[in-house]
Amino acid sequence: MERIRVLIAKVGLDGHDRGAKVLARFLRDAGFEVIYTGLHRTPQEVARAAVDEDVDVVGISLLSGAHIPLVPRVIQYIREYGGNPDEMLILVGGTIPHDDFPKLREAGVDGIFIPGTPISEIIKFIKEELPKKRKGKSK
Amino acid sequence: MNVEEIVEGVISGNRRLLARAITIVENEYPESKELLRKIYPRTGNAHVIGITGFPGVGKSTIVSKLTEEFRRRGKSVGIVAVDPSSPFTGGALLGDRLRLDGADVNKNLWLDEKVFFRSMGSRGRLGGIAKKTGDVIKLLDAAGYEKILVETVGAGQSEIGVLEVADTVVVILMPETGDDIQVNKAGILEIGDIFVINKSDLEGAENVERWLKYMLSLDEETVIELSKLSHADDAKIMQKLKWKKPVLRTIADKGVGIKELANEIERHYEVIKKNGILQEKRREKAKLSAIELAVEEIRSEIIKRYKQLLDKEIDPYTLADKIVKEVLKC
Ligand SMILES: Nc1nc2c(ncn2[C@@H]2O[C@H](COP(=O)(O)OP(=O)(O)O)[C@@H](O)[C@H]2O)c(=O)[nH]1
Ligand SMILES: [Mg+2]
Repeated sequence: MERIRVLIAKVGLDGHDRGAKVLARFLRDAGFEVIYTGLHRTPQEVARAAVDEDVDVVGISLLSGAHIPLVPRVIQYIREYGGNPDEMLILVGGTIPHDDFPKLREAGVDGIFIPGTPISEIIKFIKEELPKKRKGKSK
Repeated sequence: MNVEEIVEGVISGNRRLLARAITIVENEYPESKELLRKIYPRTGNAHVIGITGFPGVGKSTIVSKLTEEFRRRGKSVGIVAVDPSSPFTGGALLGDRLRLDGADVNKNLWLDEKVFFRSMGSRGRLGGIAKKTGDVIKLLDAAGYEKILVETVGAGQSEIGVLEVADTVVVILMPETGDDIQVNKAGILEIGDIFVINKSDLEGAENVERWLKYMLSLDEETVIELSKLSHADDAKIMQKLKWKKPVLRTIADKGVGIKELANEIERHYEVIKKNGILQEKRREKAKLSAIELAVEEIRSEIIKRYKQLLDKEIDPYTLADKIVKEVLKC
């Protein structure tokens, strides 16, 4: 029996995780297995968890505005730890200015969700985009 | 990637391949059986420690602090944390990892090369563990992790699943963990080798401890009485006589009492290694998982082969007879 595994990570210094927790709960209700990291994780910690937990989706939530160094670094460390970020859906949620979208996409981010995005849209995105990504975990 | 490569990776300590091997086993992909068969000869070296108790008693916190303590003692630590899956959607919130934080800020358990943490949804299995938890433990074992901590779903019902996988079972209680009856009903006294009253900073710890020790002493008396009867050589009774179940107090979030808990866990392992109980437990485990696998295979074969018969209007008793006779013949 296959289950889609999602990592929800809070990166950086901001201390708000209500949004991340609500999202985690909704994703669970949508049938996903959701691993929540808790607050203040570093890019290395998130990457390590993503690889060890062998997740299909990495959702990074940050409000601090430090997404430009932090998000690309998560992706870089996933690769360094032997994972393949191209097989994962990488999502970012938070207050991200439009101007930064291209940079994030270039770094390997698949979806960017600004505050106020309905959770149903995020779920729909995962369900539609993940099959295109996955080469299938079974050989 | 073929199974050979994955097996090689798991054994040689490649985390990425270990992580993927766990997914293969957990999802029951076609190559799962071959993979498990190949790593089996490499298993049996790890000490598997079950951590069980009601939700919120502090299991994940204790797992984290024990991990730190075992690392201090130079042991590598694998962790499998099981949380309940929703029976309706199959989804699960796996929130045990977020407690993974040692007291020592210079030692980051998230990045420690000798710590491997994996979260699992129970995926429909009752009893505190997932159907594949035992096999995931085998992978960690083959990968060389010396101590494997298994946090079970704290369902508050009989968590007997932990007995199927653990060498040492630690039961966590806390002050005001519901009433005595609830604990009794859960059969928790029987499954535990070591008892911990966590959150001893809260009021009522003495009461729980007094009550628990009393209940355990009753249990002990029964064992001694039984041992006087003819079947005193019964292995289970002997086991109970050789191990007096300790009761410890901890304040897990402050790290208080963790060393003592680790000491008792080690002591239990030494005792069961010496008196042969460990070998016996493991034989029993191997037997049970073989039976489970066989039954599962036969069940799906029956459903496949007797589809037509099953759909026919025939009483189940006659049908069962028919199937058994035919299956036993082949
Ligand atoms: N007061 C107190 N709280 C604790 C102690 N140990 C853990 N906790 C808290 O209890 C809550 C539940 O802990 P957790 O480890 O997640 O419990 P689990 O559900 O059994 O895994 C958390 O908020 C912990 O910080 C303790 O010794 N004393
Ligand atoms: Mg827990």
